[in-house]
This record gives sequence, C-alpha cells and structure tokens, in this order.
Amino acid sequence: MGMTMTQKILAVHAGLDSVVPGQLIKVKLDLVLGNDITTPVAINEFKKIGVKAVFDKKKIAIVPDHFTPNKDIKSAEQCKCTREFAREMEIENYFEIGQMGIEHALIPEKGLVVCGDVVIGADSHTCTYGALGAFSTGIGSTDMAAGMATGEAWFKVPEAIKFILKGTLSPWVSGKDVILHIIGKIGVDGARYNSMEFVGEGISALSIDDRFTMANMVIEAGAKNGIFPVDEKTIEYVESHSQREYIIYSADEDANYIKTIEIDLSSIRPTVAFPHLPENTKTIDEVPEVLIDQVVIGSCTNGRIQDLRMAAKVLKGQKVHQRIRAIIIPATQSIYLQAMKEGLLEIFIEAGCVVSTPTCGPCLGGHMGILAKGERAIATTNRNFVGRMGHPGSEVYLASPAVAAASAITGKISSPEEVAKW
Amino acid sequence: MVKGKAIVFGKNVDTDVIIPARYLSSSDPKELALHCMEDIDANFSQKVQVGDIIVAGSNFGCGSSREHAPLAIKASGISCIIAENFARIFYRNAINIGLPILECEEAAKDIEEGNEIQVDFNSGIIENITKNKFYTAQPFPKFMMEIIKAEGLINYIVKEASEC
Repeated sequence: MGMTMTQKILAVHAGLDSVVPGQLIKVKLDLVLGNDITTPVAINEFKKIGVKAVFDKKKIAIVPDHFTPNKDIKSAEQCKCTREFAREMEIENYFEIGQMGIEHALIPEKGLVVCGDVVIGADSHTCTYGALGAFSTGIGSTDMAAGMATGEAWFKVPEAIKFILKGTLSPWVSGKDVILHIIGKIGVDGARYNSMEFVGEGISALSIDDRFTMANMVIEAGAKNGIFPVDEKTIEYVESHSQREYIIYSADEDANYIKTIEIDLSSIRPTVAFPHLPENTKTIDEVPEVLIDQVVIGSCTNGRIQDLRMAAKVLKGQKVHQRIRAIIIPATQSIYLQAMKEGLLEIFIEAGCVVSTPTCGPCLGGHMGILAKGERAIATTNRNFVGRMGHPGSEVYLASPAVAAASAITGKISSPEEVAKW
Repeated sequence: MVKGKAIVFGKNVDTDVIIPARYLSSSDPKELALHCMEDIDANFSQKVQVGDIIVAGSNFGCGSSREHAPLAIKASGISCIIAENFARIFYRNAINIGLPILECEEAAKDIEEGNEIQVDFNSGIIENITKNKFYTAQPFPKFMMEIIKAEGLINYIVKEASEC
C-alpha cells in the first residue's frame, strides 16, 4: 500500500521502508523545541533521566515567548531557569529577548526547519512547519525532555484526511479564513489523531504565510499534523532562510486517505469563529451586530509580514474607533523591523493602535491585553476557549487580520470590504 | 485498581479550562491543583477527594500542549480519567506523567455524577458500583502499557537504558 507524505517522512526517520497507520514507531528528531512555559517542566524531567548532555546542541531550540518580556516575578524565574539550562547545555538556538520572536514564526525564519524534517515542540502549534513540507507536531514537556536526551520520540503512525484545494482566494480572504472554514466544516475533533494533507492546484496561489497560518491551526481540528506539498514557493523560502540540505517527499499515488474533502477557495468568505470553540464559524455575511472592546492582531497564527500588510491596508488613513483598544504584535524582531521599513508601524500608530514587542502575550491570556469580565475581543489568534484571553466571562472571536482591522475601525465585527478605502 | 466517585464533565474540555494560562507562571503541581478546572467548575478543587475519577465526553484535553493540565489533575488527587476519547497531546502527556486514562464511550455516556466507580487497569474493566454495571475500556498497546507500568516515560527510558 502507498504512503501519504506524512507516513513517508515518518518511515524514513524510523529507519523503515514503510509504515502503516496505527503502527507504533520510534523516530529520529531533527529539532526539539520548547518555550518559557513548557521548558521548565521539561528541565525537571530531563534531570531525572540522569544524562549530562543533550543529544545534539544544534537540534534544540528554546524560545522564551509566552510571558516575555517577563510579565512578573514568577515568569522571570521560569525564564531564568530556562536560560540557565540553555547555557549549561550549550544549546545553540536559545533566543534571548531582542533576538526572539513568537516561536512558530521565528523557527522557520531562522532556517531551523526545512522540508522533510521531523520536529517536535512542547507547544501545540508546532504543527505550523507542515507548511514547509515537514512533519511537525506538538507534544508535552516530558516528551520534550525525552527528545532532548535521546533525540527520539515515539509516534503512532496517523491516518490521513486529504483536502483538495481548488480555485483562488477572493480579495480580503486569506489562509486564516480557509482554515477557519475547514474547522467549521469538520469540527474541533474532525481530524483527531489524523494528518491533514493539503493538495491541489489551489495551493500554488497560496503564499507561504497563508500556508503557515493554515498548518498552524490544524491542531484546532485535533490533527496530529498538517502538511503541504513542496513547490517553488517552499523551495524559495527554505533556500533563502536555511543552509541545510532538504529532502522533498510526496505522497504515493495509491496512498490511502480515510476521507477526501474538496475546498473551493474562490467560494470562501471572510470567516469568524464565535466563542467558545474555533468550530463555531460564521461567514462575515452571517455575523449579526457584535460590539467589541479590543482587537488583537498578532500571534503564531497571524503575526507575519503579510498579516501586518493586510491590516495596514485596511487601517491606512483611518482611525481606530474610540471605544476600541487595538493591539498589534509583530511576531518576530525581523518582521517588526520590516514593518517599520515599509511604514506599516506608522500607519498603525497614526490610526491609534499600540504596537508591541513580539510576545504570545494576550493570545493565551498572559499579558499585554487581558480582558475583563464581559469584554469582547476580535483576534487573529487561534483559540477562543472560555477564559482564553482573560476573565472566564470574556469572549474571543477569531478572524483574519483584515477582518480584525476592519472591526477596529467600526467597533463591531465588520468586513474589510465595507471599511477599507483602498 | 482504583476506586472513587465520578466527577462528570461534557465534551471538548480544553486545557485552558483544565488549568488557565494565568497560572502557568508556576509549574508546581500542588499550586496548579488549586486552580484545576476553576473556569468551568469553581468548586472543583474544594470538592475533589483523593481517588475521585473524572468522566467526560469526547476530545478531552483539546487545545494547548501544556503538561500542567494532566499534572494539575493528578495533583488534585484524581486517580483516573475515563472519556469517550482524548485529544492526542493530552493523551500522551497523561501516559507520560503516569496519570491513568481510559477510553470507553459506553462508560463515559452512562456514568453519572457521584457514581462510585472501580477500575481494573489490567483487564480494562470499569465497574459502576452504584448502578451495578460493567463496561470494558479499549486496551492499551503493549508499548504504552510498559510506559504505564513504569509510571511514566522518564522511568521507562531510565529502565530501558539500564537494560541495554
């Protein structure tokens, strides 16, 4: 039987000719990732193993991005413990404040992941790198500890769902709308334990940033990983960010999929996920009047340069509604710098937004924009669970940067089609 | 073998409600346990007794990869989680830290709040003492059973290394 793209990458990393769904395998890891929340727990477990060194100093990345710059004394202690471990183990890819960014934007930017890699990260959105044709998935701190010590992880080979993408996106519609549309269609457990394999002629028109956004949110459908085929855009991205050699895998023609779903990109409308699950989606045309208090544009889902350009296009020459706090968070230092060079930051500040240093911050209710009881935010983030951005009585609506920016201007959930002047 | 009363939740219980991120500046399980489940059941940490069993619908533990979630549940005194099924990262985290979890749709649907439950991990038999009923959970694959027997992944790795 043929293998899917994911199964092929796993087989090679397990040293096997082939694998079948359900098979338990041990795979060699190309990168093990952690952040300031998950790494301290991993360090405790790592010490219990009793090894003196990590398996490979080059193949571990630690990014303090969640509660940084340190939001309080406890967070500072966690970062300190992480930093000291990185120094002690001589981990080459530890990114201090000033160099860091939100991990899933930073890691590809630093060239630490290439096509064909197997990556585990103690952060659920590690699935982001599937955009580059790698197998990458979120795991917990104990798996991170074991990975740092042994360079291996165990996996159950997943079954796959094939998503055939056709057509091209309409103006103001982006990867965020596509993935919200898909999650709305299949549900938050619609791909539980499965690979979501994206194929079809529609992919060629999707930017790498769109693909990162889509792969990033496959976890919100319960998937183990999401993966895109490697094309010219992928190669251009990988070669311009990394010196490492890469291997291109593609699914066998007779690969088995438990389900095939066709998505017509041209029919997708700007989409919003209502509280308190990412599957509670409505197209912008179905959204009733929803007044909001805060707008967040950023996160590992939508804090990349394309996202900021899209938001700036909507906000240019406009003013944020007087009732709204609009918070823009470039995901990495280099995105921040690029946005500055392109004049995007000026557009944001003149519109009345605040621009923050890179941090996960409000996305998980950490800091930099916490909601009070009864408050509502529209955010380009990835989760709208109860209490996700603050008080358990607050609400988060998930949307694209264009919809979030349009909503900042009107003070209610709005379409960029109605608001943008350009 | 564990025995305790059931505390029942619905489906899609996410890790943000199991342990809200505002408490993740600590990784001390005892401290985390004080806030376990507080956003969906403010009294959870007061009412939970050592040995109690969480029973839930599908996709338990969806969302973030935070291992603080199973750690908080374990430190609360919960002896076992029975759900229709689990989100995958939560599932492996629970196994890795030695928190027993079982998938059993029938039990998850039938058990009611406060029922007295006994679980035999070797056989996968779940007994509802209150209702005098028996349910059978999905057995673990052999490899996972070894991690469970070692009471977690780290012990398993240490044991495996010492045998090499």
